[in-house]
Amino acid sequence: MRRLCAAAGAIALATSAFAGEIPRSDRRSGYDFMSRETRAMQDDDSANPGLLWVLEGDGLWNRRTGTASRACVDCHGDARVSMKGVAARHPSFSAAQGRPVNLEQRINGCRINQQKAPPLAWESRDLLALTAYVARQSRGLPIEVGIDQRTQAFLDAGRATFERRQGQLNLACSQCHDDHWGRRLAGNVVPQAHPTGYPLYRLEWQTLGSLQRRLRNCLVGMRVEPYDYGAPELVDLELFLMWRARGMTFEAPAVRP
Amino acid sequence: MASALINVPARAKRGEIIEVKTLISHPMETGYRRSQLGALIPRDIIRLFVCTYNGTEVFRAELHPAIAANPFIVFSTVATESGTLAFRWTGDKGFSVAESVAITVA
Repeated sequence: MRRLCAAAGAIALATSAFAGEIPRSDRRSGYDFMSRETRAMQDDDSANPGLLWVLEGDGLWNRRTGTASRACVDCHGDARVSMKGVAARHPSFSAAQGRPVNLEQRINGCRINQQKAPPLAWESRDLLALTAYVARQSRGLPIEVGIDQRTQAFLDAGRATFERRQGQLNLACSQCHDDHWGRRLAGNVVPQAHPTGYPLYRLEWQTLGSLQRRLRNCLVGMRVEPYDYGAPELVDLELFLMWRARGMTFEAPAVRP
Repeated sequence: MASALINVPARAKRGEIIEVKTLISHPMETGYRRSQLGALIPRDIIRLFVCTYNGTEVFRAELHPAIAANPFIVFSTVATESGTLAFRWTGDKGFSVAESVAITVA
């Protein structure tokens, strides 16, 4: 009898451990959960407000700045060629920092080291504009973050954060986004949390925002003390989420409700 | 800093109804919100949008505080002759942006 119980327990444990992961065939972008009107807004380049930031980023890309008086275009050339697929590969490993960095950190790294300019503040208009401009060049490409020996530990840390119960509500990200996606939280559909379109225009924000803003938003909702912008925990979580969405189509700048 | 996206068909047949889409970057601060310290955030909205077609006004809209940030205005007009469609947004704090787009009517 005891052996039977132990076996039953082991089966229950095994199924609960695997019930979480969304099979690849069932993965859906947040786009698929949106209304027809919001989808149309994202798809139409003259209606998608994210394109305002892309337009502004185009200007910043060509503007000289910093004591080096260099513009992004001086090193990288035409962004449509050189930045193609870059956003779909981030966060990526930075040898200088010894850890993965996200796209915003990569841009600011370039500003500090190459342009000799002060870094742009998180969620500032300029940083969002440059990120949106670079991200736009990856639209339609599959997400593919490179996981190797250098990044595996950070991926595991991100996964641990995703699956760890935290905050006053004692919730884990995975409880909503792996186990209960497609159901409703208040009036809203719970999506699968695939970061396919960041930076994206959120109608609730009435502005463009980064993935870190969204993650902090979620953490506050779980009544967790949110990590600071740029905190390693958030970047690891970004890395895990992008890995989890590997192969999905990158759609930045997306529109979400 | 203010930027606008305008979508007008580059060419049209005479008499054809064309759709004009405009999107402008603006916070549309209502004037009813308060800061974290309780101070009223002053109103900062676009008040008026006007479109002229070769100098003739074809569309005008008054905007109010309940309109969301980055107003997206779509309207239609009849393509009468080749020329320019000129757009002007004016609002609080001296906000004024002008854009124009050429159209060829055959």
